[in-house]
Amino acid sequence: MEPEAAKLIGAGIATSGMIGAGVGLGVLFGNYLQAAIRNPSAAASQQTMLFLGMALTETMGLFAFVVSLIILFG
Amino acid sequence: MAEQPAIDPMHQFLIQKIWDGPQFELFGVHFDMSITNSVASMFAGAAILVAFFLLTARGQIVPNRAQAVAEALYNIVDRVLVTPIIGPHGRPYIPYLFTLFCLIFVLNLMGVVLSIGSLAGQTWTFTVTSQLAITATLAVITFFSVFILGFVKHGVRFLTLFAPSGMPKPMLLFMVPIEMLSYFVRPVTLAMRLFGNMLGGHVVLSLFGSFVVALGIVGLAGGLASLAFIPATLSFVMIVALTGLELVVALLQAFVWVALATVYLNEVVNFGHGH
Repeated sequence: MEPEAAKLIGAGIATSGMIGAGVGLGVLFGNYLQAAIRNPSAAASQQTMLFLGMALTETMGLFAFVVSLIILFG
Repeated sequence: MAEQPAIDPMHQFLIQKIWDGPQFELFGVHFDMSITNSVASMFAGAAILVAFFLLTARGQIVPNRAQAVAEALYNIVDRVLVTPIIGPHGRPYIPYLFTLFCLIFVLNLMGVVLSIGSLAGQTWTFTVTSQLAITATLAVITFFSVFILGFVKHGVRFLTLFAPSGMPKPMLLFMVPIEMLSYFVRPVTLAMRLFGNMLGGHVVLSLFGSFVVALGIVGLAGGLASLAFIPATLSFVMIVALTGLELVVALLQAFVWVALATVYLNEVVNFGHGH
């Protein structure tokens, strides 16, 4: 296989780390919605925590994204 | 058939010189004082911020629209973040966090709505927060100002942050390195998060933009090829939707950055209370 082709395939495979981030974000927002529907009065107070959790979860996906960028352009 | 324009979504992030400045060597380091489009974007962002807050700083009891926006931005930092997370002792740090929030927000917006983009063959402004160099600098400033503040306020005792209390002594051997690693990876994650979000969003926007052009050119050939106008139109709709999403992301990432900075500050300001 040509090195260039292997590089492209590797960059593609590296993005599979985003699967975890996607699942994580789904769990996060799903659970938040469940809790918010059960107890709407407490929902607003937890929004900051929701976005903090989103940021931390999303970072994992972005690490995969950056790794694939490094493979592509590094 | 007309020539296809190259699809090159990374081109928008190129740094170009606008004005050639002096170059010199100092302590063996090469300095280039040229004004690039990156520098110009940051100057423009700072100028927009100063102008906006000078115009809205004269408080009226019934705020006009601009003042309402300014107050809403301030309330995000004060009432949503600092007061609930840190409490009354966090008040001295609000100006710093608010500056950080506004700077990141306006720099994020530069690429979406405030960009004058390319005029006269020159790219004047772009989203500088999609450059890792910029976000890493901001992250280092954010992280180490809090870290140093910890030592200024609490002295060497601040190092007990890495040793969770109530832990059996042998466990500390493992816990301290893990805690230190998870602590010092913070500036890396801060920088990566903003960089990745802004870069990813703008690459996707640019890709859909080039779909519109490429498919539109195919469709111009007439006959059956004009079916290509359908995906071209869909791509254009996607651009509109994604631009809206980018506006939300610009605010959300500035918010997330300051929220994390507030959490880090909370460990320092309320050191020894919360654990």
